Amino acid sequence: MAYLTTHPDVVPVISSRFGKGATSIDKYIELDGYTAARKAIEMGPEAIIAEMKASNLRGRGGAGFPTGMKWSFVPKQSEKPKYILVNGDESEPATCKDRLIFEHDPHSVIEGVIIAGLAVGAKMGFIYLRGEYRYLLKIMEKAIDEAYAKGFLGKNIFGSGIEFEAVSHTGAGAYEVGEESALMESLEGKRGIPRIRPPFPAVVGLYGGPTVINNAETLATVPHIIRMGGAEYAKIGTERNGGTRLFCLSGHLEKPGVYELPMGYSLKKMIYDVGGGIPGGKRLKAVVPGGSSTPILTADEIDVGMDFDQVGKAGSMLGSGGVVALDETVCMVEFALRTMKFYQHESCGWCIPCREGTDWLKKSLTRLHAGGGVDKDIDNIRYLAENMLGRTFCPLGDAAAMPTIAFVKKFRKEFEDHLNGKGCPYHHSLEHEAVLA
Amino acid sequence: MATQTTIFSPELAARFDKLVTLYPLRRSALIPMLLYAQDEVGYISPAVISEVAGRVGVQENDVLSVLSYYSMLRTKPIGKFNVQVCTNICCMLRGGNELFEHCSKRLGIGHKGTTADGVFSLEEVECIGACSWAPAVQVNYDFHENLTPESMDKILDQYREKAGK
Repeated sequence: MAYLTTHPDVVPVISSRFGKGATSIDKYIELDGYTAARKAIEMGPEAIIAEMKASNLRGRGGAGFPTGMKWSFVPKQSEKPKYILVNGDESEPATCKDRLIFEHDPHSVIEGVIIAGLAVGAKMGFIYLRGEYRYLLKIMEKAIDEAYAKGFLGKNIFGSGIEFEAVSHTGAGAYEVGEESALMESLEGKRGIPRIRPPFPAVVGLYGGPTVINNAETLATVPHIIRMGGAEYAKIGTERNGGTRLFCLSGHLEKPGVYELPMGYSLKKMIYDVGGGIPGGKRLKAVVPGGSSTPILTADEIDVGMDFDQVGKAGSMLGSGGVVALDETVCMVEFALRTMKFYQHESCGWCIPCREGTDWLKKSLTRLHAGGGVDKDIDNIRYLAENMLGRTFCPLGDAAAMPTIAFVKKFRKEFEDHLNGKGCPYHHSLEHEAVLA
Repeated sequence: MATQTTIFSPELAARFDKLVTLYPLRRSALIPMLLYAQDEVGYISPAVISEVAGRVGVQENDVLSVLSYYSMLRTKPIGKFNVQVCTNICCMLRGGNELFEHCSKRLGIGHKGTTADGVFSLEEVECIGACSWAPAVQVNYDFHENLTPESMDKILDQYREKAGK
């Protein structure tokens, strides 16, 4: 059971229906549900996109691209059908927010998809959930069936004469499929291998047609924006970073949990106030601000507002909103190694810099952590990572490289402390003996 | 296809008949179909591959190529309950590795092992989306969160009871 955690600073927009039984369509309607879709039919495509632009909503999957802008790239005329694709493959380590939306407010996703379809002229939407989220798929399937039964989906939605179909879809275990082009490949029944861009999905996407791909949280926010108005929504956040987002607090915190906070909220406050600080009177060592692929911030660097621009300025990324706190007992080499083990496992193997790079980085970090490292290993790790950057079809290579560079740059001394047979100063496990044998 | 013989239950076969009609291309049904087939059969057997290939209209080789990509799909049977312990960063920080070791000791099997009585399999998995409630485990599709070795023992006992062994 995934649930939202409360705090006085929480601003409930996306989460306003959580815990209120809104999985049932009647309850959802009672809570102002589907009023935004009706309003959007009246508004028409241009007014919807203008409202989205005014909201300053930026993609909640991680890249932070302005949603209104993304929608406006879809050509008005197209020979091939257009599609909306919801990315609910949520797999970035430290991210567990879309789960709450699917569990508590599935109709908000459907309503968001309908509005996106109205905005770009698509007649079909797909809601892709990661394979592990089976209980959520069931909730989603039921919600879609209910929406069809009410005539909110189908050949004549809300009696408007407009057609819109929605289909829920399951993956079967793959982080890479959370990348937009690999997501399309997977939905087409193939291995999740990325496509080269351009052409971008807005022009040539799913089944070769123009496609809008948005994160589940992004689309769940859309009905709220249409209902309250873009300008009103934008006011909640900071400049160019409209609204709120679901921040997933995890790691060494007294009160980990998912909290809906305004964009630009102080990271420091998130750790020490919202998250309740570090357990056991220990000191904070570092924070991963936006999922495992974002460069780590040291304890001295967390005086930053959590929006895309401010975190970018601080040398990291807001990413998927997964905030991980690390206390003083964490070995940064071990943390870097576990992060790399993940990317090595998930690399699809299509691009050589990523496939070989993640593998060599895992090997180097494993040896270094076990005490078998030599001086030049540290520079080699950084060199390898730097040479993966920007040299792959999709951002998985960057996602593995960026945090690695930051680990070496910011915690070099910890890497050095492992050298020359000394091994991990934090702890020594049997696994290490096996590596060195 | 619908009128031909199937290795699946009538319910699943009917579901598959509908599934291929939902997409602009039949092939889009391939991955969900493999996963649902696995849920019923226990793994992706050669017979599953053959029937699924026919249903979506691709070669068996294409099915093999696709299924080898997805970590949840398997070509060998496993235990009745698949204990998937997350050891990714957030779970690691809150005892995920220790939890995996504990399960391994308790069940007497390692990563991707199956107990002799066929009740449990064990797997170390990547992030399952339970980061704020770490450490977390998925048994088949069910989430168990905020775990300790003690609470894990209780959960394993419950599943053993369910298996009737």
